[in-house]
Amino acid sequence: MIDDVILQTRNLGKQYKKRWAVHHLNLEVHRGDVFGFLGPNGAGKSTTIRMLLTLIKPTEGDVSLFGRSIKKEREEALRSIGGIVEKPDFYLYLSAFRNLEIVGALNGGVGRKRMLEVLDLVGLSQRATDNVKTYSHGMKQRLGIAQALLSDPELVILDEPTSGLDPQGMKEIRDLIRHLAHDQKKTVMLSSHLLNEVEMVANRMAIINRGELVTQGDVTSLLDKGEKYVIVRGKPAAKLRAVLKNEEVVKKVVNRGDKWEVTMSFDDIPVLAKVLVKNGIEVQALIPRRSLEDYFLSLTESESKL
Amino acid sequence: MRRLVYYELIKTFLKKRTYIGFLVVLVVVPLFVIAMRIEGGRFLQITTRSLQQDFFFVGNLFNGWFVAFYMMNSLWIHIPFLISFVAGDQLAGEATAGTYRLILIRPVSRARIFLSKYYTTGIYTVSFVGFLGILSVGLALLLLGHGDMIILSRGILILPADDVAWRFLIAYALAAWAMLTIASLAFLFSSFVENAIGPIIATIGVNVIFLMVTVIPAELFQTIRPYLYTTYMDIWQRVFDDPVSWSRVATSASILGGYSLGFALVAWLIFRRKDILS
Repeated sequence: MIDDVILQTRNLGKQYKKRWAVHHLNLEVHRGDVFGFLGPNGAGKSTTIRMLLTLIKPTEGDVSLFGRSIKKEREEALRSIGGIVEKPDFYLYLSAFRNLEIVGALNGGVGRKRMLEVLDLVGLSQRATDNVKTYSHGMKQRLGIAQALLSDPELVILDEPTSGLDPQGMKEIRDLIRHLAHDQKKTVMLSSHLLNEVEMVANRMAIINRGELVTQGDVTSLLDKGEKYVIVRGKPAAKLRAVLKNEEVVKKVVNRGDKWEVTMSFDDIPVLAKVLVKNGIEVQALIPRRSLEDYFLSLTESESKL
Repeated sequence: MRRLVYYELIKTFLKKRTYIGFLVVLVVVPLFVIAMRIEGGRFLQITTRSLQQDFFFVGNLFNGWFVAFYMMNSLWIHIPFLISFVAGDQLAGEATAGTYRLILIRPVSRARIFLSKYYTTGIYTVSFVGFLGILSVGLALLLLGHGDMIILSRGILILPADDVAWRFLIAYALAAWAMLTIASLAFLFSSFVENAIGPIIATIGVNVIFLMVTVIPAELFQTIRPYLYTTYMDIWQRVFDDPVSWSRVATSASILGGYSLGFALVAWLIFRRKDILS
């Protein structure tokens, strides 16, 4: 199974003065994964990705890409990788095609046919000769993916690829990631601060906070692990309380102010909904929650309060 | 490497700022030559007033060669300023635009990227100085004609008309060599920072201070002068001496080359370890 690990970090760390931006990070990305790299803003995701792509030098540890150390065999290690780091920036005064030519030259030379293929894949072939300064943010983001795919890499690393996009743009990028993973058989590492985004496209994930790994593993099992409960809000409160206490699908009920945390199987949510309505309760919310989701929300909420 | 240099040249020569220097030269040189044509005779009279008590000047000494030589004095301050516009942008410009993130994640060593940028800086410098030379000498000869050349920078020297052209050719080659030192300095400053304005200001600042130390006849500065590159930047003027001291030209050229190499090496040491945070 170890042969399937195409990206591995070993005790990876980056220190700025006395502060560790990333510390003792051990990640594993397997061939064929869509690997979600999740963390709130400032958690160390971009620093990690910059180390993976050799933009910054680790203070400690190493990265192995396809079994090659980026410290010892940098060029060989990077040969099968494409990526975007943060927002995709280009030579704005040059056309998309010219930008791809430059990237292609740095990849050892890429033919015109391949450039047109990737532009077509991201839906930019009609604008290939326009200067990038005329592009919208979403188009630049797609061009970023095109340049990442230019050398037909086996591993594609995308740092917050949906950042700053409208919902339609986000959906397009997610569809593109799915296409890359399922149809083109690429391994994709995707960083994000949105759990639901990772949940929608990834099969494995890691959560990082304050530069340290919180957990990593299979998305489904990580989300299923721990307690699952449903948040219930409704009126009248006394009647709602009584129904919840007596309902057999409910295992545990905890009051949290104007809402109730109800421990139960998610499969029984329709049953509970019917019972509540039948008892004349005005249901305002029935929200399935998982402890990992709560944990992640607490991370992002505390981040946004800073 | 050729391919990398080719695309660096495309990046440089498709950028508008690259043409600021060319545009300035294209405007200023014709203006200067036309002004000289209109009232240049008086200019020579003023310049040689003190000498006219002891000498008779015969023939057309106010000609294209004289004006072209005079215009070469822009190589002290003005041309370095214009060169630093492009050289100072070579590395810092990538940081400003965020395009380091595009180019430094490729399977090509930083050394090759660095070298391709340095070569491009050199090519730009040579082409810019060449452009200045062709335009200033060509236009001056076209509008003011040619003849014997009077040189007033170190005493008075008159070179025969048929002994001048080769001197200009070599002078401009040496000027390009000297300007490469300035470009290398700007390139070095460019490796430090993430904004191209800093390297331009720093290069011009250093150049002006060094020039002041070089030309101010103070005892205090005598000991440090040999260590400043500006001391050797008059290399192009030496070709207009008669006879030309080739050993002195070679020494100055070697020292300037050493400075260029030194600046480039320090830039490399910074660039190879640089964390890309932009």
